[in-house]
Amino acid sequence: MLDTLLPILIFCALAVMVLGAWRRLSLWRQGRPSPVPLIRGLAAMPRRYLVDLHHVVERDRYMSKTHVATAGGFVLAALLMIIVHGFGLHNRILGFALLGATVLMFVGALFVAKRRRNPPARLSTGAWNRLPKSLLMFSASFFVVTLPVAGVIPADMGGWVVALILLIGVAWGVSEMFLGMTWGGPMKHAFAGALHLAWHRRAERFGGGRSTGLKALDLDQPNAVMGVEKPTDFTWNQLLGFDACVQCGKCEAVCPAFAAGQPLNPKKLIQDMVIGLAGGDDASFAGSPYPGVPLGEHGGGPHQPIVSQEGKGLVGADTLWSCTTCRACVEECPMMIEHVDAIVDMRRHLTLEQGSTPNKGADVLDNLIATDNPGGFDPGGRLNWAADLNLPLMSEKKQADVLFWVGDGAFDMRNQRTLRAFVSVLKAAGVDFAVLGLEERDSGDVARRLGDEATFQGLAKRNIASLSKYHFNTIVTCDPHSLHVLKNEYGELGGNYDVRHHSTYLGELIANQRLNLGQHKGGSVTYHDPCYLGRYNGEYDAPRNVLKAIGIEVKEMERSGFRSRCCGGGGGAPITDIPGKQRIPDMRMDDIKETGAELVAVGCPQCTAMFEGVVEPRPYVKDIAELVADVLIEAPVPQRSATRSDAMEVH
Amino acid sequence: MMPHELLKVVALVSVGAHPVTGRPRRAEQDARAVELGLCLAGKHLHLLHAGDAESEALRGYLGMGLAEMTVLQQPLHADILPALGSYLGATDAQLVLTGSQAEIGEGSGMLPYLLAEQLDWPLVVGLAEVESVKGGVAQVLQALPRGQRRRLQVRLPFVASVDSAAPKARQSAFGPAQRGQLQSQKVAVVEDMLLSEASMQTARPRPKRLKVIKAKTGAERMRAATAKASAGGKVLTDITPEQGAEAIFALLKEEKVLR
Ligand code: SF4
Ligand code: SF4
Repeated sequence: MLDTLLPILIFCALAVMVLGAWRRLSLWRQGRPSPVPLIRGLAAMPRRYLVDLHHVVERDRYMSKTHVATAGGFVLAALLMIIVHGFGLHNRILGFALLGATVLMFVGALFVAKRRRNPPARLSTGAWNRLPKSLLMFSASFFVVTLPVAGVIPADMGGWVVALILLIGVAWGVSEMFLGMTWGGPMKHAFAGALHLAWHRRAERFGGGRSTGLKALDLDQPNAVMGVEKPTDFTWNQLLGFDACVQCGKCEAVCPAFAAGQPLNPKKLIQDMVIGLAGGDDASFAGSPYPGVPLGEHGGGPHQPIVSQEGKGLVGADTLWSCTTCRACVEECPMMIEHVDAIVDMRRHLTLEQGSTPNKGADVLDNLIATDNPGGFDPGGRLNWAADLNLPLMSEKKQADVLFWVGDGAFDMRNQRTLRAFVSVLKAAGVDFAVLGLEERDSGDVARRLGDEATFQGLAKRNIASLSKYHFNTIVTCDPHSLHVLKNEYGELGGNYDVRHHSTYLGELIANQRLNLGQHKGGSVTYHDPCYLGRYNGEYDAPRNVLKAIGIEVKEMERSGFRSRCCGGGGGAPITDIPGKQRIPDMRMDDIKETGAELVAVGCPQCTAMFEGVVEPRPYVKDIAELVADVLIEAPVPQRSATRSDAMEVH
Repeated sequence: MMPHELLKVVALVSVGAHPVTGRPRRAEQDARAVELGLCLAGKHLHLLHAGDAESEALRGYLGMGLAEMTVLQQPLHADILPALGSYLGATDAQLVLTGSQAEIGEGSGMLPYLLAEQLDWPLVVGLAEVESVKGGVAQVLQALPRGQRRRLQVRLPFVASVDSAAPKARQSAFGPAQRGQLQSQKVAVVEDMLLSEASMQTARPRPKRLKVIKAKTGAERMRAATAKASAGGKVLTDITPEQGAEAIFALLKEEKVLR
């Protein structure tokens, strides 16, 4: 009997699965167009899965091994099962191979089940708790029905009752594994995940690359709605990406806004987008909700606004404005989902179409438009901090080796100390540098992250025009946000530069022995990786090398390097200021205190401001430039006197 | 008050200038007038500008959520009052909102007065809120110094100017600003006689009377700083015009205005 029923069951399931796949594809295709190479993407997919995705999953050894066994066993078992039971090719060798595959899968599934016994809070329950049982059911029942094929037991053993039980087991397993794959069960991640890898919107991320710059919005089509209002305003491959989420909650576990009790949970956000894609509400979401926002009140559909001005909508605006764009979620996501892109896309709509940037947002944007800096200061005062420093100006020199990008920290008294320290180091090393002075404007970082793409592009274009007037080899800046924007986001608008963070440049000066440095004498030091330097630009070593060169042994925090926790200052979060239970900088300061360090070295004006805003007593906050300037020995470096004498001869 | 769809509200807007950089922008008070108008008439608010339809800064008002603005085409130094007056007189406008003073040009703050005079409508200065409109009469709150409010009943139609006591203008969004239409209309141009013969001069800040604080203790200083700036003086009643003139003359002498 099984010989007749099994093929029917298998092929029916496959047919329904294909139908589901078609439906899912048409759901994704509701999104906006996005040009990705379809065939080449598919061809690259296995490598992306086996190498790039595995590289992320590998951070959790237990899960990576479990997944290899379960998924590998399943793929093998499914293929063999179709041949053996579907087409009835009862070959002994194939039978044994199928047995092996099901055993492998069974063992993997046991580990899945073990992880699910006391799941950490970040994992979703619900259907995801059913999955290990289904995996076990699938592998076990196919193991038993394959035994006769392998000749281990006679074909007619057991009789009707056993056959019926087996059939139920097979049906359960097959429906979870095949139907669930395309009709929206937990196994959907395999189908959507594979295609998501193939058609990812940031293909540069694969093969060890980095792609962190936001993508430009076309502002010349005023009749198109700007940003994302409804789920279908995402590009189709973004929608596909949301569908790939496995609800592992790795993003939730690292999200600073979630930890601070602000109404954001990146995992829930991605699931909400899936709800929007297919239509429905969030009542059956089986993970942690947005802090302070009960489940079951929000819902939506593909053509309904995500953030509703009147009713509840799919997501509250506060959720979107809580994000610091720290990218910790993207870094951790095993499915390589792009949360930050999605959040900024939705913010663009709120700012550009609704004009509803919260709190100080509108004022800051108005200031940027009217004065080219977020504080609304007179742009004529941009160089006041250096009134006594006699800084070389690009407008006078026309060319220099290094263009020192000062950033808006020029208006902030605390940051001016950092800037002055860095200038003293540049001078001591005899670097040929110059500043743009009054021709410099805000880089546009904050405007862009607040969703104001128009103001960003306006600032960027004017900055690019200023920069194009002069010749220089490198741009050096003390501000990782400027670094990121100049390096990764101006390119799309026509400005391509070699940009370095001051720590990178200091490292080079030290390596080339152009600085005469003493040793740090203060107490112990820890280092905080700024998100926009680390995760956005991959610079983890240079700051540490510089600190090492001045005799500092960094007392590392538990969350450092690519796992560094945000200071709370990015993405315009201090401007939109969404309330939570605690403040992000306070949490990070606790991380810092845990190391017992007396001083925290930073490399970003935002981090400095956020940490110095934490009430004392707390460790001192000093920029790397200040630490280096403190131990600078102002002795003439040979090279410097050489350039001096050259200059003398001209006179 | 809920948007009142039947009330015909017009907001007069001008091109402003940022106080720090002087860059063109939506004028602060005019934007408040638009905000008030949006609260009253919603999307039916009618925006009116006399000037150049090419000024991009005007789009700042459209970005507050309005689809179009009427621009009475006027050259730079024209007297815009007749154009505004005859346009408004020919419409069925019931409430004309405007800022108190322009941020560029003459900035005399006279426009609301002259316009009301020309239309022969009442003028409410410092409108803070429109509480209700019933039977052709509006009940409004007028802002007075130090947060005081005066409740007034005004018959429609009327002109009202707003200052910084009116609610702050909402954010201007780029999308609607770009999509909005500036509908230009050709109207008669009247030359501004004054401007054609007078010359412009940069304004100087008005001199302020120095406040000499003779306080000795912190508490006294605190009292002096927070005390209501008393206008001083006395109220003269039941006197002849001559006596009044004498009193004024004496005061001016005392204050060294006249020597
Ligand atoms: S978005 Fe990524 S990290 Fe977050 S739950 Fe989904 S798969 Fe996991
Ligand atoms: S970018 Fe940072 S703050 Fe934003 S959702 Fe991701 S982890 Fe949370």
